[in-house]
Amino acid sequence: MNNQILKDENDRVDGVYKVTGKAKYFAEYELPGLTYGVLVTSTITKGKILSLDTKAAEKAPGVISVLSHLNKPSAPAYEQEGGPAMKIFYTDKIFFNGQPIAIVVANTFERATYAASLVKATYAKEEFNTDFEKAVNDTESKKLQGQPDYKRGVENAYKTAEVVVEQKYHLPIETHNPMELHGIIADWHPNNQVTVYAKTQGVKATQGTIANVFKIPIENIQVKSEFVGGGFGMALRTWPLEIATVMASKHIGKPVKIMITRMQMFTMVGNRPAAIQTIGLGANKDGTLTGITHRAFGETSVYENFTEGVVNMAKFMYQCDNVNTQYTVVPVDLGVPIWMRGPGEATGAFALESAIDEMAHALNMDPLEFRIKNDPERDQQRNKPFSDKNIKEAYRVGSQKIGWSERKNKPGSLVDGQLKTGYGVSIGVFNANRGRASVKGTLKADGSLILQSATSDIGPGTGTGMTLIASKLLGIPVNKIKFELGDSSLPPAPSQGGSATLSTVGSAVNDVCVSLKSTIAELAANSNMDATSNFIDVLKKNNLPSIEVTKQSQAGKERDDYSMYSFSIHFVKVKVHSLTGVVKVDKIVSVGDSGTIVSPKTARSQMVGGAVGGVGMALTEESILDHRYGRYINNNFADYHVPVNADIPEIEVHFINKPDPYINPMGAKGMGEIALIGFSAAVANAVFNATGKRIRTLPITPDKILATS
Amino acid sequence: MINFQYLRTTSVKSAIALLLKDKNSKFIAGGTNLIDLMKRGVSAPEKLIDINHVPLKQIELVGNNIVIGALASNTAVAENALIKDKLPLLAMALNAGASAQLRNVATVGGNMMQRTRCGYFYDTEMPCNKRQPGSGCGAVGGFNRMHAIFGTSDKCIAVHPSDMCIALVALDAVVVLANSKGERKISFKDFHRLAGDTPQLDNNLKADEMIIRLEIPVNNLAKNSHYLKVRDRASYAFALVSVAAGMEISNNKITDIRLAMGGVAHKPWRLTASENFLKGKKATIENFEQAAKLAMADAKGYGENNFKLQMAPNTIIEALNVAKSKA
Ligand SMILES: Cc1cc2nc3c(=O)[nH]c(=O)nc-3n(C[C@H](O)[C@H](O)[C@H](O)COP(=O)(O)OP(=O)(O)OC[C@H]3O[C@@H](n4cnc5c(N)ncnc54)[C@H](O)[C@@H]3O)c2cc1C
Ligand code: SF4
Repeated sequence: MNNQILKDENDRVDGVYKVTGKAKYFAEYELPGLTYGVLVTSTITKGKILSLDTKAAEKAPGVISVLSHLNKPSAPAYEQEGGPAMKIFYTDKIFFNGQPIAIVVANTFERATYAASLVKATYAKEEFNTDFEKAVNDTESKKLQGQPDYKRGVENAYKTAEVVVEQKYHLPIETHNPMELHGIIADWHPNNQVTVYAKTQGVKATQGTIANVFKIPIENIQVKSEFVGGGFGMALRTWPLEIATVMASKHIGKPVKIMITRMQMFTMVGNRPAAIQTIGLGANKDGTLTGITHRAFGETSVYENFTEGVVNMAKFMYQCDNVNTQYTVVPVDLGVPIWMRGPGEATGAFALESAIDEMAHALNMDPLEFRIKNDPERDQQRNKPFSDKNIKEAYRVGSQKIGWSERKNKPGSLVDGQLKTGYGVSIGVFNANRGRASVKGTLKADGSLILQSATSDIGPGTGTGMTLIASKLLGIPVNKIKFELGDSSLPPAPSQGGSATLSTVGSAVNDVCVSLKSTIAELAANSNMDATSNFIDVLKKNNLPSIEVTKQSQAGKERDDYSMYSFSIHFVKVKVHSLTGVVKVDKIVSVGDSGTIVSPKTARSQMVGGAVGGVGMALTEESILDHRYGRYINNNFADYHVPVNADIPEIEVHFINKPDPYINPMGAKGMGEIALIGFSAAVANAVFNATGKRIRTLPITPDKILATS
Repeated sequence: MINFQYLRTTSVKSAIALLLKDKNSKFIAGGTNLIDLMKRGVSAPEKLIDINHVPLKQIELVGNNIVIGALASNTAVAENALIKDKLPLLAMALNAGASAQLRNVATVGGNMMQRTRCGYFYDTEMPCNKRQPGSGCGAVGGFNRMHAIFGTSDKCIAVHPSDMCIALVALDAVVVLANSKGERKISFKDFHRLAGDTPQLDNNLKADEMIIRLEIPVNNLAKNSHYLKVRDRASYAFALVSVAAGMEISNNKITDIRLAMGGVAHKPWRLTASENFLKGKKATIENFEQAAKLAMADAKGYGENNFKLQMAPNTIIEALNVAKSKA
């Protein structure tokens, strides 16, 4: 990639590519002989396919093939006992409405679309339930799958405390809805070599899944995904529609492209699961927390279980000797969920951070003071010190920037005509992960450095961060550094998820650079050059066009000794209209405490994007089903409301920017998740402060404000 | 793909002739609604008659009327100096609709003809009497948060989604239609229909007719008018409830008043009883509240849209308040 146009060393290395259309996304690869796949989807919610009439479709103009469970090519992993649970497309069973049941391949997208409308299925229908609230009510007593219960001290100690808060919080299904629609191009060559252009958060994961399903050697598969138009978690797995496309390509011997519709984005590529949570908090009158209980039900599917970290935060975020949590998943007849930005922690934080605010109110304490009072020095759950935590400083910075001193503790105090102003705060926290990754570095005598790793960039600016790490270590200007990613043939790296890429891949970049530096120093010494000689001179002197090194890097014992988290504090000011019920977010201040900030611009973008996603979660986003039919009702961008510019006020971002001494060589921790985690509670808390109305069901739409009095 | 023929015409006469020739043909203007309906399989015309080149984009003062051509874009109308000066209510309503990109291509005629946004109407796998008469109404007993509270029938409780039309009904606009025999005029309030037993019909435009222009009498409401739209996000969302309010106030007395509501009925909903109550009265909050109460006399909720029974009167009051306080 050409970095010549960068104005500032902190600019996004691929920014110009993205805004000029040169960045090539999966769907833009024009392979010779490319064909187009369109899915036929089930119109019932549960049951069995009795017949599939594909004759008319097969005869339609331009159609090459119609593939379904009846004529699919073999996928050995699906045949074996205990193979992947999700045999969607490979079975006559219907698990959810909108399930892919056939793929029509034609020589144009339009023809495939038309032919897909001609495929007729008949079904044996069965009773179903897509209503999560109903499912929870029906099964509340049953012990379902989830995660192990957690207990420290006395169970449900909150019940006997001097001051008690116990409340239930509801989150609807949210759909990731990145701008880029999901899909894949699969090209199965005659010798069982497969090339894939994917929209994926992990090229190695996609490669591994395809190898596993078709039982072909992993080296046979090449996955490319250099640019991704947003993922938010939905591209963390290889979905049945992608496997179907690979099957189709194998079947017809031509490359097949599929790009699903916005409507299909709601049914078959995951969602943030709905959740119902009960929080019990107990405190002494002086504001000391004495008991925390967090019980959560999360939505899952009937054909595959999905769990996430909904109750994690309750275990360590506040100083409290008595904590118990329970997390249970309850199946409904919908597609399996998947992590959505901030994943389970964002769900849990809405409940916990709302309840903390409710407790502060019950105690007549400033919610910020209440949090500071109960801020732990050590991680009580793991019984370890935190590697690095500067929450009190973050509170101080954020509260000053939002103007917290203007806030009145009594709700409904700041009134100007019909507008009521309120301030809210909440905290976000996420495990500061570090995985294992390899990076190859090639230092060239022309002064350039090439770094390569099979990591991804779903938008956060992976290449920019890595380039800055290398530039700082080697003193090479950023426009001489090229970071290559999104290709499964590069040295392995994990999928981009869990806010771990900078920590994981960045550490390997660090190690590569350190190693290159010492090699240059050695070469310099061997050729009687000054130890500080420029590497270009050293390479030239040694007649070396380049040197290269590959390093694998991973965490060590430090993770046993310390508890490592990234933190965020969100401050929100809202104005609520008392007649119309409209909530306008007036100002946002988010403070990140995530170690060293390696790449200031892209880090800020992460926080801004998280806040925008948080406004959506708090105020507008909800995937609505008609449970009589099991079908989504608002499955388009006019009716599924992601925030628009007019919803977003000034967003101020601040970083503590102090290195975590233990986590990795950069001292940098991930921040993609903390940008969103907790945010929705800050809004709900601000709404309460403005109006005295406590909304415990997201999103906080105008009707809910009017309904509660 | 479903093939269709694309024809382009440059005169009203030929447009109507083409329409008459083939029952299964449709005009296409901005295409912002029609193309979506075609993609979803709700509409499948065999011929598209592109009318964008018919010279009907005028916005002008003719005698005592402001005349707006049916093919003037929503943006052109909203940003026109004459409209901003004389009919700010219309400009406000237009700007509250859709997005800038959509308004740039959407036309006045197309806006009037846009179909409901009811989710069942768009999903051909669901029952909907409007799309397929006799198949039932998915929204009754289903997701009806966006639906009507006035003038409903058990066959259909959909709302007319336009913002522009709410201002137009308040402004006593007249619709001029052309047909093979000539022209006819119909008052805006009679253009759209209630669902009744024929929910498939949105309006009274006949099969051989084309909307050619609007005529809006000049009024003295410009100073104290306001369009208030309550919605789930600040822009690019259809109204939960919207109110077009225009008053002429002299000596703190209301001498002329127009009130209409959107998001509440199958047609732009004029609040005649409230207007009659307020005419000649003082512009006070108490009177506004009373007027809002009167507006709600025959309102009926369907469950998820019950909140509109409160939001609607609140919005009337607030719209009147804001309109009054404009200097
Ligand atoms: C995502 C989205 C959000 C939107 N949000 C809003 C909103 O908030 N508020 C709002 O008011 N609107 C909104 N709209 C609707 C938009 O205003 C309409 O789509 C637009 O006004 C239609 O105009 P058009 O010229 O594109 O019509 P077209 O799509 O071209 O035509 C629509 C219909 O009108 C017929 N027609 C067109 N012109 C004539 C004529 N002269 N005579 C007879 N028949 C004619 C066509 O045959 C067709 O049946 C939204 C639309 C979208 C897609
Ligand atoms: S409300 Fe009208 S448009 Fe909606 S489903 Fe019922 S009949 Fe169809």
